[in-house]
Amino acid sequence: MDHNQVWTIAETGQGKVKTVSYELLARARRLADKLGTELIAVVIGYPVPEREARELILHGADRVYLVAHPSLEHFIVENYAAVLANLISKYRPGIILAGATSSGRTLMPYVAVRIKAGLTADCTDLDIEEGTGNLLQTRPAIGGNIMATIKTPEHRPQMATVRPRSTRPAARDERRVGEIVRIDFDMDWFDGRVERVGFRQVEGEDVNLQDADIIVAGGKGLKKAENVEVLKRLAGLLGAAVGCSREVVDRGWMSYPHQVGLSGKTVTPKLYIAAGISGAIQHLAGMKTADTIVAINKDPDAAIFKVADFGIAGDLFAVIPALCERIEKEVGKP
Amino acid sequence: MRIVVPIKQVPETSNVKMDEKTGTMIREGVESIINPLDLYAIETGIRLKEKYGGEITVISMGPLSAEKALREALAMGCDEAVLVSGKEFSGSDTWATSYALSAAIRKIGKIDIILAGERATDGDTGQVGPGLASLLDLPLATYTSRIVELEGDRIVVERLVEEGYETLRLPLPAVLTVVKEISDPRLPTLRGKKAARAKSIPVWDAGAIGIEAASVGLKGSPTRVVKIESPTVTRKGVLLKVQDEDSLQEAVDRLVEFLRRKELLA
Repeated sequence: MDHNQVWTIAETGQGKVKTVSYELLARARRLADKLGTELIAVVIGYPVPEREARELILHGADRVYLVAHPSLEHFIVENYAAVLANLISKYRPGIILAGATSSGRTLMPYVAVRIKAGLTADCTDLDIEEGTGNLLQTRPAIGGNIMATIKTPEHRPQMATVRPRSTRPAARDERRVGEIVRIDFDMDWFDGRVERVGFRQVEGEDVNLQDADIIVAGGKGLKKAENVEVLKRLAGLLGAAVGCSREVVDRGWMSYPHQVGLSGKTVTPKLYIAAGISGAIQHLAGMKTADTIVAINKDPDAAIFKVADFGIAGDLFAVIPALCERIEKEVGKP
Repeated sequence: MRIVVPIKQVPETSNVKMDEKTGTMIREGVESIINPLDLYAIETGIRLKEKYGGEITVISMGPLSAEKALREALAMGCDEAVLVSGKEFSGSDTWATSYALSAAIRKIGKIDIILAGERATDGDTGQVGPGLASLLDLPLATYTSRIVELEGDRIVVERLVEEGYETLRLPLPAVLTVVKEISDPRLPTLRGKKAARAKSIPVWDAGAIGIEAASVGLKGSPTRVVKIESPTVTRKGVLLKVQDEDSLQEAVDRLVEFLRRKELLA
Protein backbone atom coordinates (compact mmCIF):
# COMPACT_ATOMS: atom_id res chain seq x y z
CA MET A 1 0.00 0.00 0.00
CA ASP A 2 1.28 3.38 -0.93
CA HIS A 3 2.24 6.13 1.47
CA ASN A 4 1.02 4.36 4.53
CA GLN A 5 3.96 3.47 6.64
CA VAL A 6 5.41 5.72 9.30
CA TRP A 7 9.20 5.62 9.36
CA THR A 8 11.76 6.75 11.83
CA ILE A 9 15.43 7.09 11.00
CA ALA A 10 17.30 5.44 13.85
CA GLU A 11 20.77 6.76 14.64
CA THR A 12 23.49 4.50 15.95
CA GLY A 13 26.97 5.18 17.19
CA GLN A 14 29.62 2.62 18.12
CA GLY A 15 27.12 -0.13 17.45
CA LYS A 16 24.52 1.25 19.86
CA VAL A 17 21.15 2.81 19.14
CA LYS A 18 21.16 6.46 20.27
CA THR A 19 18.49 7.72 22.67
CA VAL A 20 17.05 10.10 20.08
CA SER A 21 15.98 7.05 18.09
CA TYR A 22 13.75 5.90 20.95
CA GLU A 23 12.29 9.39 21.26
CA LEU A 24 11.36 9.24 17.58
CA LEU A 25 9.72 5.86 18.14
CA ALA A 26 7.62 7.31 20.97
CA ARG A 27 6.29 10.03 18.67
CA ALA A 28 5.96 7.81 15.62
CA ARG A 29 4.10 5.09 17.56
CA ARG A 30 1.37 7.58 18.46
CA LEU A 31 1.13 8.72 14.84
CA ALA A 32 1.07 5.19 13.45
CA ASP A 33 -1.62 4.16 15.96
CA LYS A 34 -3.76 7.16 15.01
CA LEU A 35 -3.39 6.25 11.36
CA GLY A 36 -3.77 2.54 12.02
CA THR A 37 -0.58 1.83 10.13
CA GLU A 38 2.77 0.16 10.48
CA LEU A 39 5.75 1.75 12.16
CA ILE A 40 9.14 1.04 10.68
CA ALA A 41 12.53 1.99 12.04
CA VAL A 42 15.17 2.44 9.37
CA VAL A 43 18.74 1.87 10.49
CA ILE A 44 21.59 2.90 8.25
CA GLY A 45 25.05 2.40 9.72
CA TYR A 46 27.82 0.04 10.67
CA PRO A 47 28.22 -1.99 12.72
CA VAL A 48 24.61 -2.59 13.76
CA PRO A 49 24.33 -5.75 15.86
CA GLU A 50 21.10 -7.75 15.58
CA ARG A 51 20.33 -7.17 19.27
CA GLU A 52 20.39 -3.39 18.75
CA ALA A 53 17.99 -3.65 15.82
CA ARG A 54 15.84 -5.81 18.10
CA GLU A 55 15.83 -2.99 20.68
CA LEU A 56 14.01 -0.79 18.16
CA ILE A 57 11.24 -3.38 17.99
CA LEU A 58 11.08 -3.64 21.78
CA HIS A 59 10.71 0.16 21.84
CA GLY A 60 7.77 0.27 19.44
CA ALA A 61 8.78 -0.51 15.86
CA ASP A 62 6.75 -3.12 14.00
CA ARG A 63 9.58 -3.75 11.62
CA VAL A 64 13.18 -2.68 11.11
CA TYR A 65 14.78 -2.02 7.75
CA LEU A 66 18.43 -2.56 8.41
CA VAL A 67 21.13 -1.47 5.99
CA ALA A 68 24.53 -2.22 7.49
CA HIS A 69 27.72 -2.07 5.47
CA PRO A 70 31.31 -0.98 6.20
CA SER A 71 30.83 1.94 3.77
CA LEU A 72 28.24 3.28 6.19
CA GLU A 73 30.43 3.27 9.29
CA HIS A 74 30.47 7.08 9.38
CA PHE A 75 27.75 9.48 8.44
CA ILE A 76 28.59 10.66 4.94
CA VAL A 77 25.47 12.34 3.65
CA GLU A 78 25.90 11.32 0.02
CA ASN A 79 25.98 7.62 0.92
CA TYR A 80 23.23 7.74 3.51
CA ALA A 81 21.02 9.78 1.19
CA ALA A 82 21.44 7.27 -1.62
CA VAL A 83 20.33 4.47 0.71
CA LEU A 84 17.38 6.39 2.07
CA ALA A 85 16.20 7.66 -1.31
CA ASN A 86 16.26 4.11 -2.65
CA LEU A 87 14.34 2.73 0.30
CA ILE A 88 11.76 5.50 -0.09
CA SER A 89 11.19 4.77 -3.75
CA LYS A 90 10.89 1.06 -3.02
CA TYR A 91 8.59 1.14 0.02
CA ARG A 92 6.89 4.54 -0.41
CA PRO A 93 6.35 5.62 3.22
CA GLY A 94 3.84 8.33 4.17
CA ILE A 95 5.80 9.91 7.00
CA ILE A 96 9.51 9.97 7.83
CA LEU A 97 10.86 11.32 11.10
CA ALA A 98 14.51 11.88 11.92
CA GLY A 99 16.24 13.56 14.85
CA ALA A 100 17.08 17.24 14.43
CA THR A 101 20.71 16.28 15.02
CA SER A 102 23.77 17.22 12.98
CA SER A 103 23.24 14.20 10.77
CA GLY A 104 19.42 14.30 10.69
CA ARG A 105 19.45 17.96 9.72
CA THR A 106 21.88 17.17 6.93
CA LEU A 107 20.37 13.96 5.59
CA MET A 108 16.71 14.95 5.54
CA PRO A 109 16.96 18.16 3.44
CA TYR A 110 19.42 16.43 1.13
CA VAL A 111 16.90 13.68 0.42
CA ALA A 112 13.74 15.83 0.59
CA VAL A 113 14.75 18.21 -2.20
CA ARG A 114 15.71 15.32 -4.42
CA ILE A 115 12.36 13.58 -4.18
CA LYS A 116 10.35 16.78 -3.81
CA ALA A 117 9.00 15.93 -0.40
CA GLY A 118 7.85 18.49 2.13
CA LEU A 119 10.23 18.80 5.06
CA THR A 120 9.77 20.61 8.35
CA ALA A 121 12.76 21.25 10.57
CA ASP A 122 13.21 20.88 14.29
CA CYS A 123 9.62 20.03 15.23
CA THR A 124 8.60 20.02 18.87
CA ASP A 125 5.11 18.64 18.33
CA LEU A 126 3.54 16.26 15.82
CA ASP A 127 -0.04 15.23 15.29
CA ILE A 128 -2.39 13.87 12.66
CA GLU A 129 -4.98 16.18 11.09
CA GLU A 130 -8.55 14.95 11.51
CA GLY A 131 -10.13 13.88 8.28
CA THR A 132 -7.16 14.24 5.97
CA GLY A 133 -4.62 12.18 7.87
CA ASN A 134 -1.99 14.82 7.10
CA LEU A 135 0.90 15.19 9.47
CA LEU A 136 0.71 18.41 11.49
CA GLN A 137 4.17 19.59 12.35
CA THR A 138 4.70 22.28 14.94
CA ARG A 139 8.00 24.03 15.34
CA PRO A 140 9.49 27.14 16.83
CA ALA A 141 10.68 29.79 14.36
CA ILE A 142 12.05 33.30 14.41
CA GLY A 143 14.20 32.59 17.41
CA GLY A 144 11.36 30.86 19.23
CA ASN A 145 9.10 33.92 18.96
CA ILE A 146 6.45 31.96 17.15
CA MET A 147 5.23 28.40 16.92
CA ALA A 148 4.32 27.51 13.36
CA THR A 149 2.23 24.50 12.42
CA ILE A 150 3.03 23.17 8.98
CA LYS A 151 1.61 20.45 6.79
CA THR A 152 2.36 18.90 3.43
CA PRO A 153 -1.03 18.39 1.81
CA GLU A 154 -0.07 16.82 -1.50
CA HIS A 155 3.49 15.59 -1.59
CA ARG A 156 4.60 12.31 -0.08
CA PRO A 157 6.42 11.38 2.01
CA GLN A 158 5.89 14.02 4.68
CA MET A 159 9.26 14.50 6.30
CA ALA A 160 10.20 16.12 9.59
CA THR A 161 13.17 16.44 11.86
CA VAL A 162 12.31 16.37 15.54
CA ARG A 163 14.10 18.30 18.25
CA PRO A 164 16.05 15.86 20.42
CA ARG A 165 14.74 15.46 23.98
CA SER A 166 11.46 17.17 23.12
CA THR A 167 9.68 13.99 24.20
CA ARG A 168 10.50 11.02 26.43
CA PRO A 169 11.99 7.91 24.84
CA ALA A 170 9.53 5.09 24.16
CA ALA A 171 9.23 2.53 26.93
CA ARG A 172 10.83 -0.86 26.38
CA ASP A 173 8.47 -3.81 26.20
CA GLU A 174 10.18 -7.19 26.27
CA ARG A 175 7.13 -8.89 24.79
CA ARG A 176 6.98 -6.88 21.60
CA VAL A 177 7.71 -8.80 18.43
CA GLY A 178 8.56 -7.64 14.95
CA GLU A 179 10.59 -8.41 11.90
CA ILE A 180 14.10 -7.31 11.04
CA VAL A 181 14.49 -6.94 7.29
CA ARG A 182 18.11 -6.81 6.20
CA ILE A 183 18.62 -4.84 3.03
CA ASP A 184 21.84 -5.31 1.10
CA PHE A 185 23.93 -2.23 0.46
CA ASP A 186 24.16 -1.77 -3.28
CA MET A 187 27.66 -0.56 -4.20
CA ASP A 188 26.00 1.77 -6.72
CA TRP A 189 24.82 3.72 -3.71
CA PHE A 190 28.39 4.39 -2.66
CA ASP A 191 29.31 7.94 -3.61
CA GLY A 192 32.94 8.00 -2.53
CA ARG A 193 33.58 11.68 -3.17
CA VAL A 194 33.67 12.71 0.47
CA GLU A 195 35.99 10.95 2.90
CA ARG A 196 36.02 11.18 6.64
CA VAL A 197 39.69 11.42 7.52
CA GLY A 198 39.66 12.18 11.22
CA PHE A 199 37.84 12.90 14.43
CA ARG A 200 38.76 14.70 17.61
CA GLN A 201 37.00 15.42 20.84
CA VAL A 202 36.75 18.95 22.09
CA GLU A 203 39.73 19.68 24.38
CA GLY A 204 39.36 16.20 25.78
CA GLU A 205 36.12 17.17 27.54
CA ASP A 206 32.51 16.30 27.04
CA VAL A 207 30.62 19.08 25.32
CA ASN A 208 27.74 16.99 24.13
CA LEU A 209 25.23 19.52 25.37
CA GLN A 210 22.45 18.10 23.25
CA ASP A 211 22.54 14.80 25.10
CA ALA A 212 22.99 16.22 28.59
CA ASP A 213 20.22 15.85 31.18
CA ILE A 214 21.51 18.85 33.08
CA ILE A 215 23.35 21.91 31.78
CA VAL A 216 24.98 24.54 33.96
CA ALA A 217 25.53 27.62 31.83
CA GLY A 218 27.29 30.89 32.47
CA GLY A 219 27.10 34.32 30.91
CA LYS A 220 28.82 37.66 31.00
CA GLY A 221 28.26 37.70 34.75
CA LEU A 222 31.16 35.25 35.10
CA LYS A 223 33.41 38.28 34.59
CA LYS A 224 36.54 36.33 33.64
CA ALA A 225 37.78 33.05 32.25
CA GLU A 226 39.00 31.65 35.59
CA ASN A 227 35.51 31.92 37.00
CA VAL A 228 34.31 29.19 34.68
CA GLU A 229 35.66 26.92 37.44
CA VAL A 230 32.77 28.06 39.65
CA LEU A 231 30.36 26.58 37.11
CA LYS A 232 32.44 23.47 36.60
CA ARG A 233 32.32 22.66 40.30
CA LEU A 234 28.52 22.79 40.31
CA ALA A 235 28.38 20.88 37.03
CA GLY A 236 30.61 18.19 38.52
CA LEU A 237 28.31 17.77 41.50
CA LEU A 238 25.21 17.54 39.34
CA GLY A 239 26.74 15.43 36.60
CA ALA A 240 26.01 18.27 34.21
CA ALA A 241 27.54 19.60 31.01
CA VAL A 242 28.79 23.18 30.96
CA GLY A 243 27.25 25.66 28.55
CA CYS A 244 27.46 29.39 28.05
CA SER A 245 26.03 32.41 26.30
CA ARG A 246 27.51 33.99 23.23
CA GLU A 247 29.37 36.71 25.15
CA VAL A 248 31.41 34.08 26.96
CA VAL A 249 32.62 32.59 23.69
CA ASP A 250 33.25 35.99 22.13
CA ARG A 251 35.40 36.92 25.13
CA GLY A 252 37.33 33.67 24.82
CA TRP A 253 36.36 32.30 28.24
CA MET A 254 34.89 29.12 26.77
CA SER A 255 35.05 27.51 23.36
CA TYR A 256 32.29 27.62 20.76
CA PRO A 257 31.00 24.06 21.25
CA HIS A 258 29.72 25.23 24.65
CA GLN A 259 27.63 28.02 23.18
CA VAL A 260 23.87 27.81 23.57
CA GLY A 261 21.58 30.05 21.54
CA LEU A 262 20.73 31.24 18.10
CA SER A 263 24.28 31.12 16.78
CA GLY A 264 25.17 28.11 18.91
CA LYS A 265 23.39 24.97 20.03
CA THR A 266 19.73 24.37 20.76
CA VAL A 267 19.30 22.27 23.87
CA THR A 268 16.39 20.70 25.73
CA PRO A 269 17.80 19.30 28.98
CA LYS A 270 15.73 18.28 31.99
CA LEU A 271 17.38 21.08 33.95
CA TYR A 272 19.07 24.24 32.69
CA ILE A 273 20.80 26.41 35.26
CA ALA A 274 21.60 29.86 33.89
CA ALA A 275 24.09 31.80 35.98
CA GLY A 276 25.02 35.37 35.16
CA ILE A 277 23.03 35.18 31.93
CA SER A 278 20.77 38.15 31.31
CA GLY A 279 18.48 36.29 28.92
CA ALA A 280 18.90 37.95 25.53
CA ILE A 281 16.33 36.64 23.09
CA GLN A 282 19.10 34.96 21.10
CA HIS A 283 20.09 32.92 24.15
CA LEU A 284 16.50 32.08 25.09
CA ALA A 285 15.96 30.69 21.58
CA GLY A 286 18.47 27.96 22.36
CA MET A 287 17.25 26.85 25.78
CA LYS A 288 13.73 27.87 26.56
CA THR A 289 12.26 24.47 25.79
CA ALA A 290 14.24 22.98 28.70
CA ASP A 291 11.95 21.12 31.13
CA THR A 292 13.06 23.12 34.13
CA ILE A 293 14.96 26.39 34.15
CA VAL A 294 16.77 27.83 37.15
CA ALA A 295 18.22 31.32 36.85
CA ILE A 296 20.74 33.07 39.06
CA ASN A 297 21.41 36.71 38.25
CA LYS A 298 22.29 39.86 40.17
CA ASP A 299 19.72 41.93 38.33
CA PRO A 300 16.19 41.10 39.57
CA ASP A 301 14.77 42.55 36.33
CA ALA A 302 16.88 40.33 34.03
CA ALA A 303 14.84 38.80 31.19
CA ILE A 304 16.07 35.32 32.10
CA PHE A 305 13.74 35.31 35.13
CA LYS A 306 10.71 35.46 32.82
CA VAL A 307 11.47 31.99 31.50
CA ALA A 308 12.72 30.61 34.81
CA ASP A 309 10.81 28.18 37.01
CA PHE A 310 13.03 29.12 39.89
CA GLY A 311 14.99 32.35 40.11
CA ILE A 312 17.47 33.70 42.57
CA ALA A 313 18.28 37.38 42.33
CA GLY A 314 21.74 37.40 43.81
CA ASP A 315 25.46 37.26 43.16
CA LEU A 316 26.33 34.01 41.43
CA PHE A 317 29.70 34.00 43.23
CA ALA A 318 27.83 33.77 46.53
CA VAL A 319 24.91 31.60 45.44
CA ILE A 320 26.75 28.89 43.49
CA PRO A 321 29.41 28.11 46.11
CA ALA A 322 26.70 28.01 48.80
CA LEU A 323 24.65 25.71 46.58
CA CYS A 324 27.66 23.47 45.99
CA GLU A 325 28.29 23.17 49.72
CA ARG A 326 24.65 22.34 50.33
CA ILE A 327 24.63 19.67 47.63
CA GLU A 328 27.90 18.17 48.89
CA LYS A 329 26.30 17.84 52.32
CA GLU A 330 23.04 16.51 50.91
CA VAL A 331 24.56 13.82 48.72
CA GLY A 332 24.30 10.47 50.38
CA LYS A 333 21.49 11.60 52.65
CA PRO A 334 18.44 9.36 52.38
CA MET B 1 38.51 30.47 -7.66
CA ARG B 2 34.82 31.26 -7.96
CA ILE B 3 33.06 31.41 -4.62
CA VAL B 4 29.30 31.73 -4.29
CA VAL B 5 27.70 32.83 -1.03
CA PRO B 6 23.92 32.55 -0.82
CA ILE B 7 22.57 34.94 1.80
CA LYS B 8 19.18 35.85 3.24
CA GLN B 9 17.84 39.13 4.45
CA VAL B 10 16.12 38.65 7.79
CA PRO B 11 14.43 40.89 10.34
CA GLU B 12 16.46 41.85 13.40
CA THR B 13 15.25 39.03 15.61
CA SER B 14 15.47 40.94 18.86
CA ASN B 15 12.29 42.88 18.10
CA VAL B 16 10.03 40.75 16.00
CA LYS B 17 6.35 41.61 15.82
CA MET B 18 3.69 39.29 14.51
CA ASP B 19 0.42 40.04 12.78
CA GLU B 20 -1.89 37.89 14.88
CA LYS B 21 -4.51 37.69 12.12
CA THR B 22 -2.37 36.60 9.20
CA GLY B 23 0.30 34.90 11.23
CA THR B 24 2.94 36.71 9.25
CA MET B 25 5.71 38.90 10.47
CA ILE B 26 5.20 42.64 10.50
CA ARG B 27 8.19 43.79 8.53
CA GLU B 28 7.35 47.48 8.72
CA GLY B 29 9.50 49.37 11.15
CA VAL B 30 11.69 46.33 11.74
CA GLU B 31 15.24 46.68 10.56
CA SER B 32 16.30 44.16 7.95
CA ILE B 33 19.79 42.77 8.20
CA ILE B 34 21.93 40.09 6.61
CA ASN B 35 21.17 36.85 8.40
CA PRO B 36 23.85 37.02 11.12
CA LEU B 37 24.95 33.43 10.45
CA ASP B 38 25.58 34.31 6.79
CA LEU B 39 28.23 36.81 7.84
CA TYR B 40 30.48 33.89 8.79
CA ALA B 41 30.08 32.45 5.31
CA ILE B 42 30.86 35.81 3.70
CA GLU B 43 33.94 36.27 5.88
CA THR B 44 35.13 32.74 5.11
CA GLY B 45 34.78 33.48 1.40
CA ILE B 46 36.73 36.71 1.69
CA ARG B 47 39.54 34.95 3.54
CA LEU B 48 39.72 32.23 0.92
CA LYS B 49 39.84 34.89 -1.77
CA GLU B 50 42.60 36.77 0.05
CA LYS B 51 44.66 33.61 0.29
CA TYR B 52 44.00 31.93 -3.03
CA GLY B 53 42.62 34.68 -5.24
CA GLY B 54 39.30 34.57 -7.01
CA GLU B 55 35.94 36.20 -6.99
CA ILE B 56 32.96 36.05 -4.69
CA THR B 57 29.41 36.23 -5.96
CA VAL B 58 26.84 36.84 -3.30
CA ILE B 59 23.32 35.80 -4.18
CA SER B 60 19.99 36.25 -2.48
CA MET B 61 16.39 35.38 -3.17
CA GLY B 62 13.91 37.86 -1.79
CA PRO B 63 12.03 41.07 -2.39
CA LEU B 64 13.75 43.93 -4.24
CA SER B 65 14.57 45.48 -0.87
CA ALA B 66 16.97 42.57 -0.26
CA GLU B 67 19.36 44.52 -2.47
CA LYS B 68 20.42 46.32 0.69
CA ALA B 69 21.73 43.08 2.18
CA LEU B 70 23.61 42.31 -1.02
CA ARG B 71 25.22 45.77 -0.99
CA GLU B 72 26.36 45.19 2.57
CA ALA B 73 28.01 41.96 1.46
CA LEU B 74 29.68 43.81 -1.41
CA ALA B 75 30.90 46.41 1.06
CA MET B 76 32.49 43.67 3.15
CA GLY B 77 34.49 42.53 0.13
CA CYS B 78 32.35 40.39 -2.16
CA ASP B 79 32.82 41.15 -5.84
CA GLU B 80 29.46 40.63 -7.47
CA ALA B 81 25.88 40.30 -6.38
CA VAL B 82 22.78 38.75 -7.89
CA LEU B 83 19.23 39.20 -6.66
CA VAL B 84 16.73 36.48 -7.47
CA SER B 85 13.43 38.29 -7.25
CA GLY B 86 9.93 38.35 -8.63
CA LYS B 87 6.42 37.90 -7.35
CA GLU B 88 6.48 34.28 -8.50
CA PHE B 89 8.94 33.49 -5.70
CA SER B 90 6.79 34.76 -2.89
CA GLY B 91 5.71 32.12 -0.40
CA SER B 92 8.54 29.77 -1.32
CA ASP B 93 9.37 27.13 1.26
CA THR B 94 12.81 25.57 1.59
CA TRP B 95 12.19 23.24 -1.34
CA ALA B 96 11.27 26.07 -3.71
CA THR B 97 14.08 28.27 -2.37
CA SER B 98 16.65 25.52 -2.86
CA TYR B 99 15.30 24.90 -6.35
CA ALA B 100 15.37 28.56 -7.41
CA LEU B 101 18.80 29.24 -5.93
CA SER B 102 20.26 26.10 -7.49
CA ALA B 103 19.00 27.24 -10.90
CA ALA B 104 20.47 30.71 -10.35
CA ILE B 105 23.83 29.26 -9.29
CA ARG B 106 23.87 27.10 -12.41
CA LYS B 107 23.40 30.26 -14.44
CA ILE B 108 26.43 31.82 -12.75
CA GLY B 109 28.43 29.08 -14.41
CA LYS B 110 31.52 27.26 -13.25
CA ILE B 111 32.01 27.58 -9.54
CA ASP B 112 34.46 26.11 -7.04
CA ILE B 113 32.81 26.50 -3.70
CA ILE B 114 29.48 27.47 -2.20
CA LEU B 115 29.60 28.82 1.34
CA ALA B 116 26.34 29.18 3.22
CA GLY B 117 25.38 30.10 6.76
CA GLU B 118 24.24 27.09 8.76
CA ARG B 119 20.68 28.42 8.86
CA ALA B 120 18.78 31.70 8.84
CA THR B 121 17.72 33.22 12.13
CA ASP B 122 14.11 33.74 11.01
CA GLY B 123 13.11 30.41 9.44
CA ASP B 124 15.66 28.48 11.50
CA THR B 125 15.48 25.48 9.17
CA GLY B 126 19.05 25.02 7.93
CA GLN B 127 17.61 23.19 4.94
CA VAL B 128 18.60 25.33 1.97
CA GLY B 129 22.36 24.70 2.20
CA PRO B 130 22.03 20.89 2.06
CA GLY B 131 19.24 21.36 -0.50
CA LEU B 132 21.59 23.23 -2.82
CA ALA B 133 24.26 20.54 -2.55
CA SER B 134 21.69 17.89 -3.35
CA LEU B 135 20.14 19.66 -6.33
CA LEU B 136 23.52 20.69 -7.76
CA ASP B 137 24.92 17.24 -6.95
CA LEU B 138 27.91 18.70 -5.13
CA PRO B 139 29.63 17.13 -2.13
CA LEU B 140 28.50 18.65 1.16
CA ALA B 141 29.88 19.42 4.58
CA THR B 142 27.43 20.92 7.08
CA TYR B 143 28.32 22.61 10.40
CA THR B 144 31.78 23.43 9.07
CA SER B 145 33.83 25.04 11.83
CA ARG B 146 37.26 25.25 10.19
CA ILE B 147 38.91 25.00 6.81
CA VAL B 148 41.98 22.93 7.47
CA GLU B 149 43.53 23.15 4.04
CA LEU B 150 42.79 23.62 0.41
CA GLU B 151 45.06 21.92 -2.02
CA GLY B 152 44.37 21.77 -5.69
CA ASP B 153 40.85 20.58 -6.14
CA ARG B 154 40.46 19.14 -2.63
CA ILE B 155 39.37 20.86 0.53
CA VAL B 156 39.79 19.50 4.04
CA VAL B 157 37.39 20.82 6.65
CA GLU B 158 36.34 20.18 10.21
CA ARG B 159 32.68 19.98 11.10
CA LEU B 160 31.20 20.29 14.55
CA VAL B 161 28.98 17.37 15.49
CA GLU B 162 27.48 16.38 18.85
CA GLU B 163 30.47 14.32 19.95
CA GLY B 164 33.28 16.55 18.68
CA TYR B 165 34.93 17.59 15.44
CA GLU B 166 34.96 15.42 12.37
CA THR B 167 37.45 15.96 9.55
CA LEU B 168 36.18 15.57 5.99
CA ARG B 169 38.01 15.73 2.70
CA LEU B 170 35.90 16.88 -0.23
CA PRO B 171 36.64 17.39 -3.90
CA LEU B 172 35.81 20.81 -5.32
CA PRO B 173 33.37 22.12 -6.30
CA ALA B 174 31.67 21.58 -2.95
CA VAL B 175 29.08 23.11 -0.64
CA LEU B 176 30.01 24.06 2.91
CA THR B 177 27.53 25.31 5.46
CA VAL B 178 29.42 27.10 8.21
CA VAL B 179 29.00 27.81 11.92
CA LYS B 180 30.10 30.84 13.86
CA GLU B 181 33.39 29.32 14.96
CA ILE B 182 34.81 29.42 11.43
CA SER B 183 35.47 33.15 11.30
CA ASP B 184 35.06 36.54 12.84
CA PRO B 185 33.23 38.71 10.32
CA ARG B 186 34.80 42.04 9.43
CA LEU B 187 32.88 45.28 9.23
CA PRO B 188 32.50 46.97 5.87
CA THR B 189 35.01 49.74 5.28
CA LEU B 190 34.10 53.19 4.05
CA ARG B 191 35.93 52.44 0.82
CA GLY B 192 34.08 49.15 0.52
CA LYS B 193 30.75 50.87 0.99
CA LYS B 194 31.60 53.38 -1.69
CA ALA B 195 32.62 50.68 -4.14
CA ALA B 196 29.48 48.71 -3.31
CA ARG B 197 27.25 51.66 -4.15
CA ALA B 198 28.75 51.89 -7.61
CA LYS B 199 28.06 48.27 -8.50
CA SER B 200 25.02 47.21 -10.43
CA ILE B 201 23.09 44.21 -9.14
CA PRO B 202 21.21 42.21 -11.75
CA VAL B 203 17.74 41.01 -10.83
CA TRP B 204 16.86 37.55 -12.10
CA ASP B 205 13.30 36.34 -12.23
CA ALA B 206 12.17 32.77 -12.86
CA GLY B 207 12.44 33.26 -16.61
CA ALA B 208 16.00 34.53 -16.31
CA ILE B 209 17.11 31.40 -14.46
CA GLY B 210 15.19 29.12 -16.78
CA ILE B 211 12.58 27.72 -14.46
CA GLU B 212 8.79 27.68 -14.57
CA ALA B 213 7.13 30.36 -12.46
CA ALA B 214 4.76 27.69 -11.11
CA SER B 215 7.68 25.60 -9.84
CA VAL B 216 8.48 28.13 -7.13
CA GLY B 217 6.56 30.34 -4.71
CA LEU B 218 3.58 28.97 -2.86
CA LYS B 219 2.55 26.92 -5.89
CA GLY B 220 5.86 25.13 -6.07
CA SER B 221 6.18 24.56 -2.33
CA PRO B 222 5.25 21.19 -0.86
CA THR B 223 4.64 22.62 2.63
CA ARG B 224 1.89 24.91 3.88
CA VAL B 225 1.74 26.95 7.05
CA VAL B 226 -1.48 25.98 8.82
CA LYS B 227 -1.25 28.10 11.91
CA ILE B 228 1.05 30.52 13.69
CA GLU B 229 0.96 31.09 17.41
CA SER B 230 2.96 33.23 19.74
CA PRO B 231 3.93 30.96 22.59
CA THR B 232 3.76 32.30 26.09
CA VAL B 233 7.28 32.74 27.24
CA THR B 234 6.65 33.46 30.87
CA ARG B 235 6.82 30.52 33.25
CA LYS B 236 5.82 32.54 36.32
CA GLY B 237 8.42 30.91 38.50
CA VAL B 238 9.37 31.99 41.96
CA LEU B 239 11.99 34.71 42.36
CA LEU B 240 13.91 34.90 45.59
CA LYS B 241 16.07 37.87 46.41
CA VAL B 242 19.38 37.45 48.15
CA GLN B 243 20.37 40.39 50.33
CA ASP B 244 22.33 38.86 53.17
CA GLU B 245 23.61 35.59 54.56
CA ASP B 246 20.18 34.54 55.84
CA SER B 247 18.36 35.14 52.59
CA LEU B 248 21.20 33.39 50.77
CA GLN B 249 20.84 30.28 52.90
CA GLU B 250 17.08 30.36 52.52
CA ALA B 251 17.33 30.68 48.74
CA VAL B 252 19.77 27.78 48.54
CA ASP B 253 17.59 25.64 50.84
CA ARG B 254 14.53 26.28 48.75
CA LEU B 255 16.37 25.65 45.51
CA VAL B 256 17.69 22.31 46.77
CA GLU B 257 14.19 21.39 47.93
CA PHE B 258 12.80 22.43 44.52
CA LEU B 259 15.37 20.30 42.68
CA ARG B 260 14.68 17.35 44.97
CA ARG B 261 10.96 17.61 44.38
CA LYS B 262 11.62 17.61 40.62
CA GLU B 263 13.92 14.61 41.08
CA LEU B 264 16.81 16.52 39.57
CA LEU B 265 19.26 15.83 42.38
CA ALA B 266 20.96 12.47 42.47
